[in-house]
Amino acid sequence: MTYLAKPKLHHPDLPRNQLGLTHRDYEGAISTLCAGCGHDSISAAIVQACYEMSLPAHRIAKLSGIGCSSKTPTYFLGLSHGFNSVHGRMPSVLTGAYMANKDLIYIGVSGDGDSASIGLGQFAHSMRRGINMTYIVENNGVYGLTKGQFSATADYGAVSKRGVKNFDEAIDLVTLAIQMGATFVARSFSGDKRQLVPLLKAAIHHQGAAFIDVISPCVTFNNHKGSTKSFDYVREHNAVVNRPDFIPLRDEITVDYPAGAVEAVTLHDGSVLRLAKCDHDYNPRDRVAAINCIQERQQRGEVVTGLLFIDPDAVDLHEEMGNVDTPFNQLDDAALCPGNAALQQLNQSFR
Amino acid sequence: MHHAERMRVDAEGKRKYAVIQAEDELASIGIVIGAGWNGTRAFTATSGPGISLMTEFLGLAYFAEIPAVLFDVQRGGPSTGMPTRTQQSDILACAYASHGDTKHILLLPDGPGECFEFGALAFDLADRFQTPVFVMSDLDIGMNDRLCAPLSWDDSRRLDRGKVMDFAALEAGKTFGRYLDVDGDGVCYRTYPGTHPARGAYFTRGTTRDPFARYSEEGDVYVDNMERLLRKFETAKSWVPAPLELDAGREYGVIFYGSSAPAMDEAVELLAARGLQLDTLRVRAFPFAASVREFVERHRLVFVVEQNRDAQLRTLLINEEEIDPARLLPVCHYDGTPITARAIIAGIEARLDLLKVTPLRKRS
Repeated sequence: MTYLAKPKLHHPDLPRNQLGLTHRDYEGAISTLCAGCGHDSISAAIVQACYEMSLPAHRIAKLSGIGCSSKTPTYFLGLSHGFNSVHGRMPSVLTGAYMANKDLIYIGVSGDGDSASIGLGQFAHSMRRGINMTYIVENNGVYGLTKGQFSATADYGAVSKRGVKNFDEAIDLVTLAIQMGATFVARSFSGDKRQLVPLLKAAIHHQGAAFIDVISPCVTFNNHKGSTKSFDYVREHNAVVNRPDFIPLRDEITVDYPAGAVEAVTLHDGSVLRLAKCDHDYNPRDRVAAINCIQERQQRGEVVTGLLFIDPDAVDLHEEMGNVDTPFNQLDDAALCPGNAALQQLNQSFR
Repeated sequence: MHHAERMRVDAEGKRKYAVIQAEDELASIGIVIGAGWNGTRAFTATSGPGISLMTEFLGLAYFAEIPAVLFDVQRGGPSTGMPTRTQQSDILACAYASHGDTKHILLLPDGPGECFEFGALAFDLADRFQTPVFVMSDLDIGMNDRLCAPLSWDDSRRLDRGKVMDFAALEAGKTFGRYLDVDGDGVCYRTYPGTHPARGAYFTRGTTRDPFARYSEEGDVYVDNMERLLRKFETAKSWVPAPLELDAGREYGVIFYGSSAPAMDEAVELLAARGLQLDTLRVRAFPFAASVREFVERHRLVFVVEQNRDAQLRTLLINEEEIDPARLLPVCHYDGTPITARAIIAGIEARLDLLKVTPLRKRS
């Protein structure tokens, strides 16, 4: 099987969003990943988030590196341009694309091998730059395409399917992202769509570098006893600090929460991100406290999920640089070429 | 950057350009490729070690067909080599950069004037051929003071953005296949992301694919695509700067390029005064125009003057044009200093001395 398009046929009464599209219009080709792969759940969550937000699919660019996770952009948003780049280097390609046209929505999909091993440098630097993107790591702790070797996010002491113990310390991408300056950092679990979909919506809406680490068990190579990235392990150790509910500006707020149990984060355009607090002490606007909490919980063997950090007033790189409002790729000859008169002045300056 | 700050801002002072100081060369070429894919011209400037770091990405840009411009200010290699000295020693590394079968367009400017001219042209060629284009400067041109004619620009010239299918074309229902050779010149149409709600989206990848950008490992599909890339390279021959020839039908010729030009002009004059008349050809780009091979064929012997140890342009000529190596005599200067007429004359005369055959019977 090399490439399979999904049949376009669907039930005539499927619900439609504000653009008149069904969720089927946001799907891609049929997945070639293993049955039960967490990554397919994440693709489904992306489809749902984009459908529910009524995003025009062609205004989204999806970019990835190399690996199982990086194959997934083929399986969602078939009407979007996609770019499967080289191993660990998606962040730089996405950065260039974002510089070229600030008006598109950029979704970067990567894996733990792609972002924490070979691509750790580009991952870290892209978090520093205020690139307006949603960067998703589909984190399973192993290299699935090459038969399940540990990646750099595998926990110390975790045991591989072959019974080998991991001797290296794990790199925690969420802590790193917060340290590097990302302005939206979350962790979720591919098996928890209720948490993941609102997080994706809020991340896409966020005007800056948004990072979501999604624990996504590898059903083939990392879903056994002794693994710390298996479905069972994550379900047992999932410490949910908050449950987000993203409410775009245009939607009426209808959900009622008991007072004190909800933290409302108002975003730049008036949209609201409501966080049902599971951990009342958790403050997602404080970088230092967030890092402390994540690390303390980690020491206790817990996997903290939810919205871990947000700076709702983040400014994206184009604004920071003072760039024109027109996307660079739409500037015409007259805007780009100063012309011969300007060049002659330049010649004079050399005399 | 200094000029962009003044010339590429709008009336309100907002920028129509962006500079990103990337963390390393892998990121800088990645950013250039991302921008090129999304329809904005971008470049990176580097030297030999940077080219080495960029080679994986250069293969992607070649194979996925994404415009990119690189300015290579060549210095003394290999490794860190002589980082403050000059050479023309990245020719082969750039011409064939990356793994697998790759070939790239190189422009070979002789000084600041052609750096300006070829610099602008490089962006047109990168868009036209949807591929990386290298402007091969060197440290001698890049850092030393050199004279050149005042720069000029033809205001009627338009930027050549190449074959891009826009909203109207897609809306009109024109068939779009990202790697479909509609015109038979090996160059296909592309779309920018975000153009049309229902048509023109495709998946860009470094893996093999069919003319409609769908993943495929079928042998004949792969071979067709690789052959088309060769066809595209062939088309580029008539778009790159033509070689400059001074041919008076003499016995010997000389081929040179880049920063060797001023010293070569002086050497040709001095050699003529000493009785050796040479026809000259200055190569200004790779792929080579057919006239380069014809020049060699018209001469008994041709000297190839360059600033590296291994006579890299000569190797490229032999490899690409299937020229008999015996007809091309290398004259190489590579001690890191800019090439001089003295060095060229000494090199050519040494080669000629080797050619002199003294009949045995005259020996005493």
